[in-house]
Amino acid sequence: MSFPRVLAVAKKEVVQILRDSRSLLIVVIMPVTLMLLFGYGVSLDLKGLPVYVYDQDGNQQSQDLLKRFQNSEYFKVVSVVDGYPAMTRALDDGRAKMGIVIPWDFSQRLRDGGPVQVQALVDASDDNTANVLIGYAQAVVQGYSAEIQLNWLRERGQSVQPAPVSIETRTWYNEDLESSAFIIPGVLALVMSVIGAFLTSLTIAREWERGSMEQLISTPVSAMEIMLGKLTPYFILGMFDVLVCAVIAIYWFHVPFRGSALTLLFSSALFLVVVLSLGFFISVVAKNQFAASQIALLITFLPAFLLSGFLFSIEQMPIALQWITRIFPARYYVSLLKQVFLKGTPTALLYADLIPLAVFALVLALLATRSFHKRLE
Amino acid sequence: MLGRLKQMLIKELIQVFRDKRTRFILIGPPIIQMLVFGYAATYEIHHVPTVVLDLDHSQESRELFSRFASSPYFDVQRQLTDTRQIRDLVDRGQATVGLEIDADFAQKLRKGQTAPLQVIVDATNSNTALIASGYISQIALGFSQDEEKDHIYRIAPQLVEQVPSIELEQRPWYNPGLSSRWFFVPGVIGSLTLVLVITLTAFAVVREREIGTLEQIMVTPIRPAEFILGKTLPFFLIGLFDVSLIAVVGTLWFQVPFRGHIWVLLAGSILFLLCMLGVGLLISTVSSTQQQAMVTAFFFIMPSITFSGFGFPIATMPQWMQYLTYLIPLRYFLVVLRGTYLKGVGMEILWPQMAAMAGMSVSLLTIAILRFHKALD
Repeated sequence: MSFPRVLAVAKKEVVQILRDSRSLLIVVIMPVTLMLLFGYGVSLDLKGLPVYVYDQDGNQQSQDLLKRFQNSEYFKVVSVVDGYPAMTRALDDGRAKMGIVIPWDFSQRLRDGGPVQVQALVDASDDNTANVLIGYAQAVVQGYSAEIQLNWLRERGQSVQPAPVSIETRTWYNEDLESSAFIIPGVLALVMSVIGAFLTSLTIAREWERGSMEQLISTPVSAMEIMLGKLTPYFILGMFDVLVCAVIAIYWFHVPFRGSALTLLFSSALFLVVVLSLGFFISVVAKNQFAASQIALLITFLPAFLLSGFLFSIEQMPIALQWITRIFPARYYVSLLKQVFLKGTPTALLYADLIPLAVFALVLALLATRSFHKRLE
Repeated sequence: MLGRLKQMLIKELIQVFRDKRTRFILIGPPIIQMLVFGYAATYEIHHVPTVVLDLDHSQESRELFSRFASSPYFDVQRQLTDTRQIRDLVDRGQATVGLEIDADFAQKLRKGQTAPLQVIVDATNSNTALIASGYISQIALGFSQDEEKDHIYRIAPQLVEQVPSIELEQRPWYNPGLSSRWFFVPGVIGSLTLVLVITLTAFAVVREREIGTLEQIMVTPIRPAEFILGKTLPFFLIGLFDVSLIAVVGTLWFQVPFRGHIWVLLAGSILFLLCMLGVGLLISTVSSTQQQAMVTAFFFIMPSITFSGFGFPIATMPQWMQYLTYLIPLRYFLVVLRGTYLKGVGMEILWPQMAAMAGMSVSLLTIAILRFHKALD
């Protein structure tokens, strides 16, 4: 292998990237775009959701309960309706996410004693929103119920404490339960996958499709040299993107960074080797840019998005799928990212993710070199 | 005119189906993605790994913990003996929730004081943390209410039956089991169609330009309108085939109910496909290589999926971003998909979405065709 020849191929690839301003654009703008997209667009912090109410009772006490819904930051009472059809219609067309129905004998039954039920009709087509809404509504109703009980007992000369058990919750690593802190570190894995999937996967397929592969084959450059030369520029671009992403995450979105910068760089370099080798391998096998791009999407981007723990926790998936996630390197990288950013786990304790990632990098790099031959079929 | 169009159609279909990889890509990846999404994308939480530390060893503390152990949401894996163990297990990611009861828990309850339950939640996944906290509150509040009842029973047994209380009766409409799958499967139909049709259309035109066959077509007597129609019609048909394929697989495999009218869904799908063809053609007019087309398509696809309400509620986005979502065709198609699948609503509710997509498809296709004429000259 000769270093000058690698350099020559790399130079050719760099010229090709530079000449194609849009590819360059993706390299610089894509990480920023993805960061902003996920930083602002993806929030599971539900607040101010539209609620319709149907108060059949219309007494002081039902008004008190509704006022509590109004005062909660999680709900926004947008309309008061006077029948089920209007309520159904609002839920059907999405103007309301929840409807609260207070029965006509609400205040009377509270006076007489015993339990009384308030209905919460929830649009559960989005199950997560529905779940969170139900939780908040429970809290409002239980708070009011406890107060009513307390007053009722005091009126009858009984002294009881407001709540026998208090819940003291501490949320670790992401103290304010910010969605952005949970999501943004994982965006790095997406960015790396995109570089592998969209840029690298097309490099060899393009040469085949345009017929310039024959020219490359007729030169004295070896297969290994072509690969190194083609991948080095993308590796450098990838590392540059890691830095851009980290800076945006820490200084723009104020995601805590508690681990070591060196670990971040090292694991990113490993993951880059993984996606670049994969992209190269796909490119060699597919020989057609459309097929290459679709396969790359399927085996690098999609797993990074779905099977990595980036958004959906792996432990909640079916067992078989949990095992499948282990054959996709993105899983280990996302886990590393979250630990380095949020938990600040010492590097020595990260071996469970670092070792598989290193093994993948090695195996895939070998696979990529073995797959590519300078031969015309 | 019709004769030339027919020739063009035959050529396009041959080109698509000649390559065995492309043939596979039209069928394989969409089905794989549908299955992976259906299994992996879930916001539900079950069996959250939980550890408990009982320093009180009283009947009350055991009773409270047994309620957690019997809940489907928590999986109490270990009884600890030391507070430091919680830190250690949560740090290493082996437990997501740690519950701790201090030594004077039962004593405080019996004296009528407030007794705390300490909760530690790993919030690296803020959504899991939020939902888990909701379930913890529900269990602890239930216990609290029973304790209060016992307390009242001890001091004034005659009042127990009469104490007023308010209960929330939950009615999750459209998705009574609060299943994430029901939420995601209809959405995946939309996003897969989007990715497939845009990339397919954009690549088909750009490939001709890149390998130089566009000039050859230009010297034939075919007119621009025929060329555009000949290029887009096959992808419209392929798109329609893929929508049906994914919809059938998703519905049957995951047993998602279809409650609406098939014609409403078909009308929505056709309008959406026309929008996507317009976008694909537009991308092809601004790209000269397939890599460029891929990159440009990506910049359209990612925001479309993130901001359409596919996985993240639009209501939680910043206001200015919510206005931007009106520009995204997928947003309307998702309402149609979820409306027909889960809510079972028809045109009387969905006409605004249909009108929006119709308007967008007309304007997108017009702009695309005008630009295309120029690009051909």
